[in-house]
Order: sequence, then structure tokens, then C-alpha cells
Amino acid sequence: MSVPLLHIIHDQHFWLSPQRSIYWEEEKTLIVSDTHFGKTGHFRKSGIAVPQQVYKEDLQRFFSLAFELKPERILVVGDFFHSTVNEEHNLFLKWKYDFKALQITLIKGNHDILSNSWYENAGIQLFEHLYTIGSFSFQHDPAENDKAQNENSFIFSGHMHPGIQMKGIGKQSLRFPCFYFTKNQCILPAFSKFSGLAIVKPKKQDQVYAIADENIIKLA
Amino acid sequence: MTDAEIQIKEMQANKGNDIIHQWLKQHQLTPFQFQEQAWTAILNGQSGLINAPTGCGKTYSVFLGALMQFIQNNPKNWESKKNNGLQLLWITPLRALAKDIGRAMEEVIEQLGLPWKVAIRNGDTSTAERAKQKKQMPEVLIITPESLHLLLTQKNYPNYFNSLKILVVDEWHELMGSKRGVQTELAISRIAHCTNHLQVWGISATIGNLVEAKNVLLSPLKKEGIIIKAQIDKPIEVHTIIPNEIDDYPWAGHLGIKLAHTLIPIIAESKTTLIFINTRGMSETWYQTLLTVAPELAGAIALHHGSIEQELRLWVEDALHTQKLKAVVCTASLDLGVDFRPVDTVIQVGSPKGIARFLQRAGRSGHRPGEISKIYFLPTHSLELVEAAALKTALIEGNVESKNPLLLCFDVLLQYLCTLATGEGFNAKKIYEEVKSTHCFADMQEQEWQEILQHITTGGNALQAYDDYKKVEIIDGIFKITSRRIAMRHRMHIGTIVSDAMLKVKFLSGGYIGVIEEYFISRLTPGDVFTLAGRTVELVMIKEMTVLVKKSTAKKSLIPAWMGGRMSLTANLGAVLRRTFSAALTPTAGIELKSLEQLFLLQKQLSHIPQHHELLIEQIENKDGYHLLVYPFEGRQVHEALSAILAYRIAQIQPMSFSISMNDYGFELLSDSPIPVDDSNVRELFSANHLLQHIQQSINNTEMAKRKFRDIAVIGGLIFQGMPGEKTKAKHLQSSASLLFKVFEEFDSNNILLRQAYNEVLEQQMDEVRLRMALQRIAESTIVLRFPKKLTPLSFPIVVDGLNRNNLSSEKLEDRIKKMQQQLS
Repeated sequence: MSVPLLHIIHDQHFWLSPQRSIYWEEEKTLIVSDTHFGKTGHFRKSGIAVPQQVYKEDLQRFFSLAFELKPERILVVGDFFHSTVNEEHNLFLKWKYDFKALQITLIKGNHDILSNSWYENAGIQLFEHLYTIGSFSFQHDPAENDKAQNENSFIFSGHMHPGIQMKGIGKQSLRFPCFYFTKNQCILPAFSKFSGLAIVKPKKQDQVYAIADENIIKLA
Repeated sequence: MTDAEIQIKEMQANKGNDIIHQWLKQHQLTPFQFQEQAWTAILNGQSGLINAPTGCGKTYSVFLGALMQFIQNNPKNWESKKNNGLQLLWITPLRALAKDIGRAMEEVIEQLGLPWKVAIRNGDTSTAERAKQKKQMPEVLIITPESLHLLLTQKNYPNYFNSLKILVVDEWHELMGSKRGVQTELAISRIAHCTNHLQVWGISATIGNLVEAKNVLLSPLKKEGIIIKAQIDKPIEVHTIIPNEIDDYPWAGHLGIKLAHTLIPIIAESKTTLIFINTRGMSETWYQTLLTVAPELAGAIALHHGSIEQELRLWVEDALHTQKLKAVVCTASLDLGVDFRPVDTVIQVGSPKGIARFLQRAGRSGHRPGEISKIYFLPTHSLELVEAAALKTALIEGNVESKNPLLLCFDVLLQYLCTLATGEGFNAKKIYEEVKSTHCFADMQEQEWQEILQHITTGGNALQAYDDYKKVEIIDGIFKITSRRIAMRHRMHIGTIVSDAMLKVKFLSGGYIGVIEEYFISRLTPGDVFTLAGRTVELVMIKEMTVLVKKSTAKKSLIPAWMGGRMSLTANLGAVLRRTFSAALTPTAGIELKSLEQLFLLQKQLSHIPQHHELLIEQIENKDGYHLLVYPFEGRQVHEALSAILAYRIAQIQPMSFSISMNDYGFELLSDSPIPVDDSNVRELFSANHLLQHIQQSINNTEMAKRKFRDIAVIGGLIFQGMPGEKTKAKHLQSSASLLFKVFEEFDSNNILLRQAYNEVLEQQMDEVRLRMALQRIAESTIVLRFPKKLTPLSFPIVVDGLNRNNLSSEKLEDRIKKMQQQLS
């Protein structure tokens, strides 16, 4: 089950992977959200000793997706970096340097507070609120979507860190990060493993893909 | 004449002794023998522990000794010598106590004409007062452990203590066994090296291990010390309030409120009544209910708990002294030795969970020697009537619990080292010796110490590229915090009492009401009505750590549930309880058991009434799944461990998932498929074989370590709750304990704080010795297996109590998801 699952929207092929990313086949584009790079660094700089290893693993996963799938670009739907600059950002730049051809596009989220010049120097393409390709749009906060949206457009968002809670007989209960699809919208799971979950309550017509360890599972 | 008597005689030739005895005579006070003994010991320069109940002059036993010593050392100018520097440091666990003790001390000083000053320092002390103390320390400082540590973050703090003669730890029984006790041990280890010949005195109520209590306290002094016992017997009268009607099925929390009207005549007949409620949430309910039942009490009753605004709390305490109040609904906030003279009646609502606590609360009434302590017990569910009967027996037998001192609390040590680094900075070698001198850290390994130092200087591992960890720096061999921001943040986080993140509650129109747990408020939406500090308010919005509300006239409101405050029944009370159950439906049953006849008949008809030499196991199938209920009567804490081990062992038979629930009487394993327990394997499932191995394997599979980690993460400085004036950046530093736990588990599983979480489970919760004893007892018991058709009275409270459920599974994750999906469709 460790293989990606296909989800088709408007005849376009989107591959959802347990690595918390979506690969858009036609556009050769990898979509991720809420990477929160530099979060552990931000904590550590303030004297809170969280293990840096979680960041290193996130970073590695990010670039190994780039290496394996060879996307033409990566779209980050906000909260790319967690806060102000710290040493960990340089580790990102070091990796980025090895992927010269890779285009990274960021649609800014509420955590993306670095100066525009920093992104520019890092070779990251910036969009303040919204970015659109054909009938697909990308915007960090799903709550702000209603205004921009028309009948046929489909929006990818992040921000929420969606999670799904499953319940069974005998008071059994499990929680997983998930991809959350409504009719016109997809909310991506947080890419960073240093992030919590906001439990969503899907409606009947919604579709949810849970990430359970190394597997992605479509829930009925 | 005995030696002690000879010594007392000799001391009477002492000037300090003379003057104090004159003063006592003037005020028609006759010292108790234990006070005389304490004074002698203090004048001899000794340290030790005084065991005395509240209201018997325990404060005087040390305080007057300190005065004698001062007068003796300054025989000529004691009446004129001002600004002597700190002479007596009085550590008390509760702010409420400080005021009371301070007042008593000031009275004596004034009457003696001694130019001493008494000051209080705690979270309520104003900045102006603090600044004054900084300039000139008073002779007597009354302080909480937290504020004492805060004092250690100041530059030149050793100067405050260089004149100090005596350090007193009041209510030591209450501090020992908690992390605040560890904080106290560490403070003593430091202060003992800031002055010459420090004397340390502990004051403790009766506990099972007084000698150990003394040894823990004096460990940093490396002195033997003495124990002085007050031989005062105070008679206690226990009355159980028996409800007229008892449901066949006990439901936690419901019965009590229905009985509220029975308290009204008790309150009316007494001068002042203290009503002890186990949780803050329930105390709000009780306050409201009493006012509804007896509106005439408005203005004559008050509410007192830790989340109430300070001004209001102080007013309540004052009103208690001056007998302005008929009754106060309170929590453990008034548990300790406050000497409220007018209090002549105490009501305990719900189980006190232990003999020592019940004794202590009873002692809040009838303070003066010769008076009787009167306590009423009001059950909150019908089975608590059995506990009432057990408590009566236990009081006669006098088998009071021990308090076990904590060991190797690295979270507290981390915080302490950062505290020292914030102020003067510290020399690692010197502080290592001091820390090792405490009881808590006596067995600390050199390597663990190095890990701690590494944690605060490099954030866990050796310095690496792309890491700008910053907290404690080493400058010329001195460990120091140089960043003002980090220092300020540390000062704000000193303490070991961990509650959920607290939010202030204010009226929209201004006016502060109190604080509330974030956990509770996060589940409300604007428009919801809740009760706080006895007021009914409507949530308007939450803005920057403040909850804005307006007044509400709604009849129904939510009562905040506080996560903490769930105490476990002690082993001592558990043992008496098992014997008490045996008496049910027999001629020897007391009034409490007789009133439960219907309930016991139903229990007997559906299942069985467990006798003291039996272990009852019930298996029940219903729409929720398959329940396995076990009743060892060992208390919640032991049940948590036992249930985890049992679940682990059953899950080895076949892949299974369990949801586990427990109370003080027993525990429940709930599964979606039949649980394979029967005559053929039940003995084996409860055997003591491979116990240690199974303990270790089962804790990895449950939530226990995660829960322990919550406190550790806050005390160890991993969780930062934000502070005023720091907006976005503070938000970027927030994370939850459960997220941190997950991250550490996956990426730094050898972390010293994570290891501590598991150790705390092993030592405190999964205490191997205690578990072995429980299993040993079960091995000698008759095991009674029953298959009731429906839930029994004993099982009901466990099954309906959904809080604090643990989980344990040996099934594959994918299989569990598949099964859940099938169950849904």
C-alpha cells in the first residue's frame, strides 16, 4: 500500500503519496504544504531543545521527492518557513543548491514572514495570496477561498494540518494526518512531522485519504 | 529527671529562654512539652523534624526558638539592634498560609518590642515590596518554594542568606513526594552553602515515614537531626450523611448534589463550616447549588479555590478569621494548616482517597486543644458510602499513609540549573557536589549530570553545523544565561505545578474574574454560558490569552472541568475497603453498608459480592463490545498498571485492541471481540512471572508515559506558553506536549527528559514492589469469574467513566482501519 493513490479532478491526474505530497502528472508539479522549515531551529535558538533531526528528516523527504519524481517544479501552498531566519535556513539553501533546475513556487502563508529579498536570493518564486493554473488555484488558508471561487475552479490549500479520527466498536479510536477533498477543494496534510493535527469532520460527499505510517489509505 | 528534662532545666538559665517564657506567662500561655523540646534543640544548634497537628502551636515551636536564639546571641542590645539581615527563612507550600503565619509572628514581635521585620514573598507580592526587600532583607521571610527559586535568579543572591540562621519547611509532608519537594531540597542544598551552620527544621503532620521525611530534608546538611513528636490526641467525630433514596446503579458525581439540602441544617448549627470538594469544577457547582437550595445564605457563604482572583481569595481568608462567613466551599486550597479559629465543622464531599488527607481535613475544625474535630462525609456516589465505613475503621486503626520522596527528577534539575545560570551563574563542579548531597539526586550518575549540562548548553547533542541553539553559555568556566529574553522567559516559568495553559477571564466592560484552563475554553463557542468564581457568564470572544465574557442570566451553564485533581485511593485505604465490602449483607454491616442493601442485593443477584480473600472478575457483552472487569480495590494508580499488564498479556494470546478504563475499585478492558479469559488461563494472566519484562513492554504501548511527559516538558522548559507583549514570535514557539512526545519518540528516543517520563511511570505508577504485592495477594485469593447478563452496580461507574482511557493493541494498524471501516458500513 506504500504506493501513491490516484485522484482525478477535471481529468487531471493527481498522485497522493504517504510522504505527504501530491504529484500532478500533467503539469509535472509536486504540491506540498506547511513544511515549516526552520521550526526546530527557531525553538532551539530560543533555548528550547527539540531534536533537530525532525527538520533534517523533513528536508530529506522534500528533496528526495524532488530527486525521485523529477518534477519541473514544487508548489508550496504556504508556511514554507516557520519564522524569522535561523541557521537551519542555510541547510535548506545548501540542499537547494544541488537542485539548480528545480523551480520552487511559494504561495505565502501566515508563517512566511521572511523578507521578499530572502526568497529572491534563494531563487523562490513568490505569490502573495493566490496562484492559478487553468481551473486550479492555490491558496494557503482554505477559509479565505469562498470569495475567489467559481463553480468550475478547484482550490488546493493547507494551513489546517488536517487529521482524521476513526472510531470503532469497543471505544477504539485512531488519528491520522490526511488529505481532505471536498467538491471544489483539497486541503493538504502538513508536510512537517513537527506539527499537530486539526481533526476534520468530513461530510458524506467528501473524500479523505489517511496517512497511516508508510501507507496511504482511502477512507470510505 | 530524664536527660531531656535536665536539658530543659539548663536552658532555663538562658536569657532568650527567660524573656520568651515571661512573655508566655504574661499571655497565660503554657508551653507544650514538644515546644520546650524544640526550643532546647534549637538553642543547641540542632536540626530536625517536628511532628505536630495543626493548631497546637507548631509555628511557635520553631519561631519562638529562633527568637530565643537571637536574644541569647545579642543579650545586651536585642531590643535595639535593627536591620540584622535575614535570620529565619520560612518555606510554606501555600500562599494562604503565609499571611496567617506572618500575622501571628508580628504579634509576638510587637509585644516583645523586638525591632524585627516580617515579610512575605510569593506570587502575590507587589514589585514595590520586592524592591524594598532587595534593599534590606527582613529578619523573617515567609516564602513559597517557587518564589525562593525566583530569588535565586537574582544577582548577589548569596548575600541575602549570609546572615541566615534557621530555615524552616512548614507542611513538609505536603511538599515531600511532589516535585515542589525536590525544588525545596535543591534550594536547601544551595542556601546551606551561603551561610555558616545553617539549621534546618521541618514541620510535618503525621505520615507513615517520619524518619525518612526527616532524612530527606536534612540530607544536604549531612546531619542526623532529631524528631520531636507532639503527644496530643485530638478526638475526631465522623458522621456519614446517608441519602434517603439510593439508586441501584451508582453514577459518579450525581448523588452528591441531590444531597445539598442536607448540609443546610449542619451549616446553620455550626459557627463556621468548611466544605471540601475534590475538584475546582465541582466546587463551582456546589457553591451554586447551595445558593439555590438556601438563598438566605447569599453573602454568608463564599468560594475558595486556586483559580480565584487573589483579592477575593484574601478577602475570604480574612472573613474566615473574623467569623463573617457561615461556610466556605473550598478545594485543597484550604487543605493545609490555616488556623481559622471560628471553624468548628468540616464537610468532606466525595472520597478523600486517603486516611492522612481525611485526618488532616477533619483537623481543620475544632482547632484549639481540647476541642473535638467534627467531620461530615457526604458521598458523591453510593459506593462511596462503603468508603465512609472504611474510613471510620481506618481512623480507629490509625494506619496513616507514607509519602514517598521522588528520585532523579531531571526536569526539576534542568530548571534549577537554568535558575542558577540566570542569576549569579554557577560552577559545575561545586553545584554537582551540592546536587548530589540531596536525597533526590544522591544516586545520579556522572554521565546523567553531563547529559543535563549538555542539554542546557548545546541542546542535547554536541554542537553541530546549522544549529544556533542558545540557552546557557560557559564563560570562564561559569555556566550563565546571558540573553535577557531567555532569562526573562525562564523567570516566568519557574515552578513545578503544571496545569493546562491558563487563560484570564475578564468582563467585556473590564473587571477580572479569574483564570480558566485553555482545554475547557477551546471546546466552547461564543454564546456558550459557563460558570467561574461563582458567576454565570457568556463567552464573547478569546483575544490574546484573555477570555472576554459578559454577564448571563441563563439557567443552565457549563462548569469548567479541570484536568488535574484526580487522586488515587491509597493502598492503606484500599486494604480496609476490601475488608469492608466483605461485611455487606451480613449482620456486622454498619449503617453505611445497610443503606446500600438494595445495591448489594442486585450485585449479588447479577454477579457476586467480592470478599476480602477473593478477586472478582466479570465478563459482560453489550452493544459497546466485550467488557472484562476486574476488581482488585488497589486504587486507580495500581489499576492503571495492572490493567496495562493484563491487556498486554491477553494481547499476546491473539492480536487484539483494548480500550482501558479504571477507578479506585477496579478496571475494565473493552474490546470489539470476545476476550479469551477463563478458568484455564486466569491464574497465569495474573502471575508474577516475567513481571518486569511485561511492565516494560506494556508501558511502551500505553499513554502513561505520554501523560507524564506533559508535566516534564513544562518543568524542563520545553513548552513555552507565551508572555504578554510578545506576539507573533511567541506564537511561533508554541507546541503541545503530545506533539513533542511524538517528535522525541521518533527522532531522539534517548533524550533524558523522555527517559524520565518512562522512569516516572516505572517508579511511581508501575511501582514493581507494589505490583508484586498486589499480584501476590491475588495469587493467594480465590478468583471468582462471573458472566452477568448486564452491567452490575460495581461495573457501572467504571464503564460509564470515559475519561482517562488508555489503549493497547497488538493488531496491525491496517487491520484496525479495515475493521473500523467495516464496522461503520
